[in-house]
Amino acid sequence: MKTVYIYRSFERFWHWTQAFLIFFLVLTGFEVHGSYSFFGFENAVIFHRYAAYSLLVLIVFAIFWHFTTGEWKQYLPTTKFLKAQMDYYILGIFRNSPHPTKKTVLSKLNPLQRITYLVLKILVIPVMVISGLFYIFYRYSSGGFISGLDIENLEPVALIHTAGAYALIAFVVVHVYLITTGHSLLTNLKAMMTGYEDIEDEDETNYKIKNDKEIK
Amino acid sequence: MRKFIIVLSVTIVIVMVAFNIFSDKTYHPTNAVVLKAKYSEKPVKVVDHSKFAALQKDFARPQDLTKTCISCHNKRHLEVMESSHWNWERPDYIEGKGIVYLGKKNIINNFCIGTQSNVKSCAKCHIGFDMTENGKSFTDSTNIDCLVCHDQTNSYVKGANLAGGPDPTVNLTKIAQNVGKPSRDNCGVCHFYGGGGNNVKHGDLDNTMFHPDRSIDIHMDEAGPNLVCTDCHMTENHQIQGKVYSIATLNTERSNCEDCHTETPHKALILNEHTLKVACQTCHIPIYSKGTPTNLDWDWSTAGRLKDGEPYMEEDSLGNHIYKSIKGSFTWGKNIEPDYVWFNGTASHYVLGDKILDTTKAVVLNPLNGSYADKNSKIIPVKIHTANQIFDPITRLIIQPNLYSDNIGEGAFWKDFDWNIASEKGMKAIGLPYSGKYSFIKTEMYWPINHQVAPKEESLTCTNCHQRENSRLAGLNDFYLPGRDYSSLIDLFGFLLILASLVGVLFHGFLRVYFSNKQK
Repeated sequence: MKTVYIYRSFERFWHWTQAFLIFFLVLTGFEVHGSYSFFGFENAVIFHRYAAYSLLVLIVFAIFWHFTTGEWKQYLPTTKFLKAQMDYYILGIFRNSPHPTKKTVLSKLNPLQRITYLVLKILVIPVMVISGLFYIFYRYSSGGFISGLDIENLEPVALIHTAGAYALIAFVVVHVYLITTGHSLLTNLKAMMTGYEDIEDEDETNYKIKNDKEIK
Repeated sequence: MRKFIIVLSVTIVIVMVAFNIFSDKTYHPTNAVVLKAKYSEKPVKVVDHSKFAALQKDFARPQDLTKTCISCHNKRHLEVMESSHWNWERPDYIEGKGIVYLGKKNIINNFCIGTQSNVKSCAKCHIGFDMTENGKSFTDSTNIDCLVCHDQTNSYVKGANLAGGPDPTVNLTKIAQNVGKPSRDNCGVCHFYGGGGNNVKHGDLDNTMFHPDRSIDIHMDEAGPNLVCTDCHMTENHQIQGKVYSIATLNTERSNCEDCHTETPHKALILNEHTLKVACQTCHIPIYSKGTPTNLDWDWSTAGRLKDGEPYMEEDSLGNHIYKSIKGSFTWGKNIEPDYVWFNGTASHYVLGDKILDTTKAVVLNPLNGSYADKNSKIIPVKIHTANQIFDPITRLIIQPNLYSDNIGEGAFWKDFDWNIASEKGMKAIGLPYSGKYSFIKTEMYWPINHQVAPKEESLTCTNCHQRENSRLAGLNDFYLPGRDYSSLIDLFGFLLILASLVGVLFHGFLRVYFSNKQK
């Protein structure tokens, strides 16, 4: 085991700001949805917009960061060990088996994470951003290009945005639970807060991979 | 030295930016402030009519006075005779019918039904004299009633059933010497009493507006801006801007809030965005009939009951007429939340002679056009007035009955209380058939609410409309309204998804704890 600096400061800033913004967007968004009254409708709408714009700025920086650092490659999907990872969550975890894949600086995400985060990044977030922009601008003169699209009805836009919100909440529930499945309950949480994580040595990892190949 | 220059220039830049930011927040006159200044200056009289030699005499007939007016204002009568106040009609357009001349002259409404065959009584609100069956009320310029609009003594009264002539007690000379621009009193004497009594028709125009305070109308507030009708209903050459869609169909000659205020008068962008689809009145007139009750329903079918052979009337505890033998039963209401409809500025109208094909639902006499999909439509507040009026089930025509005549025995309903004869007489007068059978049919009229604008702190707030229950827009369902609308399917599916995730992770966590304990 050795201590590795795995999450860089921007990455942690991005993660936690995004986490806060999504939480805040859910809180204000469902007030606009009419589910409850908390900030007051007008405030909820205004706060939701400000949070949305903040998230957009953050996303722009994050995209820039991912491409300049090459971190985007972390999300390339792979089927390698995908089955093993699923088996681990379904069976292995209860038998105290070791994680089937090892975290390294070059490969922080397990195959399930890769697919989940990729779907989040290229499907759920874009759908939320685009439907959100349509929602704000769909027929107002301030909307420029979007009002030019001449969207007849807000209903499909609003319903897609609502459905996306439910999907994001479900993701957060599972995500928050799965961070407790590290070496210890708080290993992953601590890593995302401090940037440092205790991970197994390369040798151990290589040994493990070799082992798996032999088993196959 | 270089360091000093850098620090100095940075400091200067910061000071300049700060000064710019703070100076921007100093006095910045908004449109409202400009308007307040403009309307605080009241016009000054430039002419004293009491000094004119031509007006120092008694006038035997009101026509003599009008002649005298015209002798100086020698073109004005031509303008008046162009106006709809005089003609009681103007060219309008009804889809399927083309250009139709609509006005009091020929339409029917939910109240006293129509003027035809009843003009002698109805003429109390015409700006002319001699409105008899064969009179020259619409053609002879000496019949123009200058005083009803220009009297400044507040003593001019038109006589009851005098075909538009003044009450015999009126001192024409005194009033002629005191004329001026129309005040609220001049307009209100007819327009506050439309339908035969105070606030019967409009709901947003009543006699509290002769001397309104802030709570009645923010613009007319006597202690505030103290606007009069013609400040908004701007008038040039006797052509008065603004009209009501009970007798109009075209999106022309209107007075709009935006004529003074801009289309985006709010500080908050999000409110300005609303003006694309929501008329100013919708939020700024949260309730109407604030001063006195307005008539909401008029049931003609109960009219004609007599006590000991005599007509009678009943009042409720508040003094509202709830029954009159001559008119039927009434329902009244005060401080009413308007109904809301889409409106693009055009309307249709029932015209005498239109056959009613579907008698199962209420006939809307003036359907307002508009929908969410129509880019010119906005949501407006309306008073929906309902009535039950006389109808010929054989010809399927709404009947124009003869209501008024001078004497008993001439067939008018208000004297003889016989619907059959009154219908026959009325329909004959307008040249339409009457089968000899009558029944009653439900009718509706839509009265846009434009007056009695509330102080801004009483305007509607977001959740008056954007809420699940009791949204004021509950009746408008052709669009998605955030806060009110949702898909129960998506909400159910989303709820189940979150529930499944929660149950899933809790179960998984439970198993982890269970097995780790077992292994120990």
